[in-house]
Amino acid sequence: MSGDAPVLALRGLAVGHGARALVSNIDLEIAPGELVALIGPNGSGKTTILRTVAGQLAPLSGSIELAGRDLAGMPPHERARSLASLFTTRPRTDLITARDVVDAGRYPFTGRLGTLQPDDEARVRDAMEATGTWALRNRDFAHMSDGQRQRALIARALVQEPRVLLLDEPTSYLDIRSQVEMLALLRRHARARRVAVVATLHDIGLALRAADRLACIRDGRMCAVGAPGEVLTRADTAELYGIDGSLFNPAFGSVELPRVTGDPRVFVIAGAGTGADTMRALQRAAVPFAAGVLAEHDVDAEIARSLAVETVCYADFTSAADGDLARARAILNRCEAVIATPPAFPGTAGRNAELVDHARTQGIPVYASASAYLAARSEAPSDPTV
Amino acid sequence: MAADKHIGPEGTQAGCHRRGARARRVACVDIALAVALAALLLASLSIGTVATSPAEVVRILAEGPSGATANQVIWQIRLPRALEALLLGGALSMSGLLLQTFFDNPIADPFVLGISSGARLAVAALIIAVLGGTQVLSPAMSVGAALAGSLASMLVVLAIARRVRTRSMLIIAGVMVGYICSAATNFLVAFADDQSIVNLENWSQGSFSGAAWPDVAAIAVAVVATSAAVFALSKPLGAYQLGEDFARSVGIDVRRLRLAIVLASSVLTAAVTAFAGPVSFVGIAAPHLARLACGTSRPLLAIPACFLTGAVFCCGCDLIARTLFSPVELAVSSVTAVFGAPVVIALMLRRRGYR
Repeated sequence: MSGDAPVLALRGLAVGHGARALVSNIDLEIAPGELVALIGPNGSGKTTILRTVAGQLAPLSGSIELAGRDLAGMPPHERARSLASLFTTRPRTDLITARDVVDAGRYPFTGRLGTLQPDDEARVRDAMEATGTWALRNRDFAHMSDGQRQRALIARALVQEPRVLLLDEPTSYLDIRSQVEMLALLRRHARARRVAVVATLHDIGLALRAADRLACIRDGRMCAVGAPGEVLTRADTAELYGIDGSLFNPAFGSVELPRVTGDPRVFVIAGAGTGADTMRALQRAAVPFAAGVLAEHDVDAEIARSLAVETVCYADFTSAADGDLARARAILNRCEAVIATPPAFPGTAGRNAELVDHARTQGIPVYASASAYLAARSEAPSDPTV
Repeated sequence: MAADKHIGPEGTQAGCHRRGARARRVACVDIALAVALAALLLASLSIGTVATSPAEVVRILAEGPSGATANQVIWQIRLPRALEALLLGGALSMSGLLLQTFFDNPIADPFVLGISSGARLAVAALIIAVLGGTQVLSPAMSVGAALAGSLASMLVVLAIARRVRTRSMLIIAGVMVGYICSAATNFLVAFADDQSIVNLENWSQGSFSGAAWPDVAAIAVAVVATSAAVFALSKPLGAYQLGEDFARSVGIDVRRLRLAIVLASSVLTAAVTAFAGPVSFVGIAAPHLARLACGTSRPLLAIPACFLTGAVFCCGCDLIARTLFSPVELAVSSVTAVFGAPVVIALMLRRRGYR
């Protein structure tokens, strides 16, 4: 990302637990201050790569360079001063406080008996305050919640003051606020202290927001490396995780549940985000639906592309043409109900009003939300023909 | 949590305050244990078939060994025995602490894991099969045999530990190893000649009786040196407590540390078993009582208290074993079980997560 020499370089690296390589031909250079996320399906080898870089597994081939030096020849205590790692195995402790745990991160810098100097104490306090664990410092680690423990463990990795920080699922166990705060903290930390952070992340939404670059691991190789926008396209994400590409939305980094297929039974007239709830409610109720007419990149159009059987769109910043309206009417005529979520149709969305009028003249009931429709449907005698 | 980047002196002091309080608490615990130990030693030297007043005991200790009867009782019988109980109690406690750390299992100790039974089997085999009825067992030989036996059963337990996932399975496996070793010992005894059996019985009553100065010297060397080594390892032990992954990530050679733990706990167990036979539950109860009293299990703080607690526990139990039904003497292991087993049960009840 910058002109700096890489602080971590993986060259032709092959990793695995036995003799067989799980991932091979990994080439990756990471600059100081950069946050790189490893993404990919379960079992693809992301954690194995981290373990190998952390020195817990021997590389099967290739080399790892830490600040220009080959990691293989580096004594472990020296490596510990430049590289910290945190994996998802959690220690079972007894009568150990949160601060004892964070203190332990100063291990490579303390003397024979591991006693902390005032300078070490200040660093421990810094890291605990940054991770929001200072107030919990005297709590027994075993009695803290998973999220609190995770934050204390991240504080421990930070006080080790590494040049390279390896984190396996750093946001696991954290609630959404803590996830966001933790990633923001890691970003700040990386930038301010020139630390290279390599993290595995399962949440691609968080990955594309927090990481400078993403490295995709699949089928035994690193199949793509690059900026989140380049790597997490709809097609590439679908291939990486083996999902239906239309379910993934690159703009939001979110994934919808699989669409309900079949002939559309409901026509959703949405727009400007008013239809999101309704479309998801129909998905949950297993009702196939169509949506229209929507500006192509309206929020509702993005969701409809994932969830609706058919979506009628018009070009952004214009209004629907006669052809669009005719297509929408044709679909609508086959539906048992219409749900119109916006209270009114001003501006470019105006032609949706024509659709609502059309439904009324056809005698198709118009509801304001999925819940109104689903309530009416459950009251009505079941009609197997629709 | 607003991140306060400025660490004022008051903040650091507040941080140290709590730490200082804990250090003071641990120091108080250590001092209290040392006082209790001194009192127990004095009581052990005073109480017996020949009653001696504490003042008299102090006077005799001050004058040094001499030919007088009271002096002989104190210097040749009671003092070596009390010191042996002290050292072996400390050794058992340290060994338990090491094994609990090693196996990440709160109720591991050399007795439960069958390591002391292995040591006993080796010493029995030495007495019966090798020495026969004629030769006398020297302290060095019995420690050597006990060390070989404890290492051998440790290897068996380690092999089992690699395969079992739950902590209770490890304990069950250890208990089984212990039974097998005891059965083998009984088997040997059944086929031994009479003189060997007399030797064996003298040795393996599971008591501190018959302690002599050469024994005490051998024990002191082994136990003090090993305990000092363990204390010197308190920094890596503290990191190891937080998980192997972490220990590796801060640059610890985990294999070497594990080897050191196995060796140290085996030497300590061997020292105890070679002279007092298998002594139960001290290794579980003493470290836990010490950690609870200190309010921390950081090795740097807890190790001295662990040693002292084990010493106090064993001295107290030996005093009870010797005096409760005097002149009949109980096996010390049965007294330690009476006081130690409830601690283990309490531990298992307290940790509902124990599986």
